[in-house]
Amino acid sequence: MAIYNLRVNGKKHEVEVEEDTPLLWVLRDHLGLVGTKYSCGIAQCGACMVHINGETVISCVMPVSNIGEDEVTTIEGLSINGDHPVQRAWDEVDVAQCGYCQAGQIMSAAALLKKNPSPSDQEIENGMNRNICRCGTYHKIREAVALASKIK
Amino acid sequence: MANLNKTSRRDFLKIAATAGGGLFIGFSWSSCDSPKMKVLTNEEVLAQSKHFNGYLSISPSGDIIIYSPNPELGQNIKTSFPMVVAEELDADWSRVRVVQANLDTEHFERQVTGGSGAMPHSWERLRKAGATAKYLLVAAAAQKWDVEASTLLTSNGMVTHRESGKTISYGDLVEDASQIDAPEEVILKESKDFKLIGTPVKNVDNPSMFTGKPLYGLDFYRQGMLNAMIQRAPFGMKIKSVDDSEAKAVKGVDDVVVFNNNVAVVGKTTWPLMKAKRLLKISYEPDGLVESTEDHDRLFKEMLDSKEATSMRKDGDVDKAFRNAAQIVTSEYQCPFLSHSPMEPMNFFAHVKNGSAELVGPTQTPERARMETAKLLGIEPENVTVQITRLGGGFGRRLAADFVIEAVELSRLLNAPVKLTWSREDDMTGGAYRPAVRYRFQASLDAGGNMTGYKLRGAGINAGNSTRQDNFPSGCVDNLLIDTIEHKSPITTNPWRAPITNFLAYAEQAFLDEVAYTAGKDPVQFRLDLLNKGKRSPVGDVNYDIDRMIGVIEMAADKSNWGQKSNVKQGFSVYFSHRSYVAQVADIEMDNNEPVLKKITAVTDCGIVVNPTGANHQVRGGIVDGMGHAMFGNLTFENGVSKQKNFDTYRLIRMKEVPEIDVHYVNNGIDPTGLGEPALPPTGGAIANAIFQATGKRLRSQPFIEQMEFPDTKMRIGRS
Repeated sequence: MAIYNLRVNGKKHEVEVEEDTPLLWVLRDHLGLVGTKYSCGIAQCGACMVHINGETVISCVMPVSNIGEDEVTTIEGLSINGDHPVQRAWDEVDVAQCGYCQAGQIMSAAALLKKNPSPSDQEIENGMNRNICRCGTYHKIREAVALASKIK
Repeated sequence: MANLNKTSRRDFLKIAATAGGGLFIGFSWSSCDSPKMKVLTNEEVLAQSKHFNGYLSISPSGDIIIYSPNPELGQNIKTSFPMVVAEELDADWSRVRVVQANLDTEHFERQVTGGSGAMPHSWERLRKAGATAKYLLVAAAAQKWDVEASTLLTSNGMVTHRESGKTISYGDLVEDASQIDAPEEVILKESKDFKLIGTPVKNVDNPSMFTGKPLYGLDFYRQGMLNAMIQRAPFGMKIKSVDDSEAKAVKGVDDVVVFNNNVAVVGKTTWPLMKAKRLLKISYEPDGLVESTEDHDRLFKEMLDSKEATSMRKDGDVDKAFRNAAQIVTSEYQCPFLSHSPMEPMNFFAHVKNGSAELVGPTQTPERARMETAKLLGIEPENVTVQITRLGGGFGRRLAADFVIEAVELSRLLNAPVKLTWSREDDMTGGAYRPAVRYRFQASLDAGGNMTGYKLRGAGINAGNSTRQDNFPSGCVDNLLIDTIEHKSPITTNPWRAPITNFLAYAEQAFLDEVAYTAGKDPVQFRLDLLNKGKRSPVGDVNYDIDRMIGVIEMAADKSNWGQKSNVKQGFSVYFSHRSYVAQVADIEMDNNEPVLKKITAVTDCGIVVNPTGANHQVRGGIVDGMGHAMFGNLTFENGVSKQKNFDTYRLIRMKEVPEIDVHYVNNGIDPTGLGEPALPPTGGAIANAIFQATGKRLRSQPFIEQMEFPDTKMRIGRS
């Protein structure tokens, strides 16, 4: 066991866990931030997507010992009032079916748009292809990312 | 720590009581014809009558609470049910709050998500609930103003007196309305007067879902609970010995428990359990059939030739038709086992106490969870409570209660509240799959290319009856024989979205395409000819509506410009399932000799579309689901365990692979007939038939990705 001081959503958290514990389980089991979802555990589906220093990271395979001082952002910290352009677009387009994968989709989309504020359809598909949606909301996701790129 | 909002009926009553004299509508879900509607005072609600089992409440503040009894797994019932109530109520939708009900068999009926049946079952009941409340509010306004009720109008949560222009809000009327006797009969709106139904209303859980609030079973936390994970035995095997020394040595593991052929690891948090589970050394020995896919291949061959099949339907004289045939077409189709793989793996919380049990989690059948728990514990069902969380997908997997019972057993054994979590690997190896099935089709044609005889043998592994003997083309063919045969396997199976039809429709629609081709007929015209023949002179029982089926076929041909696009190869498919009709056309374009699936056009007759957004989700989602699994889905077995254990080897469809989907509805004003499943079955057939047009290759086996034998190329899907 080791003690880690993590910076998550602008706050500092001290956790005592084994060094191989994936960030996903630190967030869910130790910090109570359950918006980041477990689904595959092997970096195949993107349900656990978070940002580290603004870049997408698949948290189910990211050991807590690798985080250091880096700033972690989860769906709970993407915006204070749930009004990030991507969240607004997701609501406007009414993207979700079961909704379980959508936090990961939103985190992928937010990072994509930060790097590329006006992505083409092809760039949206490339940027979002790591995230699986078992319900098949892909058309709505495409539409919502395109809409978010227009929301200021 | 996170905690789910507890949405028990007590909470609802508390909300209502603090609002001080709200209006409660109870309505019977058991019979549309005799819903003795009654207005209940708070006290009466607290001492609820057994006849009343659904509730709508309006507080003096004008807030409306509508309970949604059915489990929500993405079919959008939590939004569409309340829409129907609010429509007849003429409510201000912005004042409606939707609350997920717990299992409550006294007050609700059919708290099940399955069979695309929620809206058909509840449509009229929901409307009557809303209309009764509106009647009482209008009556209260009429009394207050001393005018005739017929002179009053309702809109957006307000009652207006037409002549004077006086208005009053529902909230200001609820106390008076609660003193008035409910009517025996209410008048429902004409569908042309709907204001909310038929409009795109947003999912009521959007804000929670998009900000990461704890909604799902896996998010549930209870102070003092233990986490558990289980290593299950291969199918047909039993535990011989367990060495748990290494697993127990993992920090964070409190205990290892062997029960019912399972080995459970227990601790406070999840990750140590995942590690420890891998360190368990368990040896197994056979305890029945230990099967591999090669065994299934052999069994299928035997079953297709067997004399032991059960006859499901026989019309006319098939043998004679085949003796006199000008041509005979014979083909076999096969589909593998599939995993349901909802994004949220199986999980459940259970707390067994003295003579009672508290259950919380994602289930499509909360009542089954209760009944099986009561049976296991030997307690009365009413001592088992079930709180339904939002479900991270289901697809039929959560119709079973195996994962619930495991949590209950562990809670009893450990004498503690337990949350059981399945890993993805557990989910994929843990059974209750879509059964594997093979079909042998035969058709006889006369010299004019008319189908005179039709034979279907369905052979399945734990599939029950793998045919739907009364579906099309039954009723439209003079001589017909449909039979089925099953192998009972230790590999467990369960309904999977559009059970049986999710593979039967593909096989049948691809076979009929072969028959049309052999007969030298256009595939659309071939189907229409059969249906028109069935309409003129039906053969035996016809349990589908031929006109509705013709309607979607003709509209799909029209919307897809069937046969009119020179650079596009098209495949046609149509299917009736779960009371609704869906026709689909797949468009394929060749790009450097590679077939590229560009578009699927879908025409659906599901009656009235309650929420176009939700309906489009179900149609597009069903097609993506049908396409993804037809293309990639494959679960194979080795010694009683699936070889595929996670999404690295069990491929799910991704965004880049999804073509444009053009969605249309017949919109005929018929009461809603269900939409969670019917769009899925036709998709595999439409794609297979388009591939034949584009390449000349028949795809008679799923997954298609393993059937592509085009030289120097591979099939590309997606939008190029």
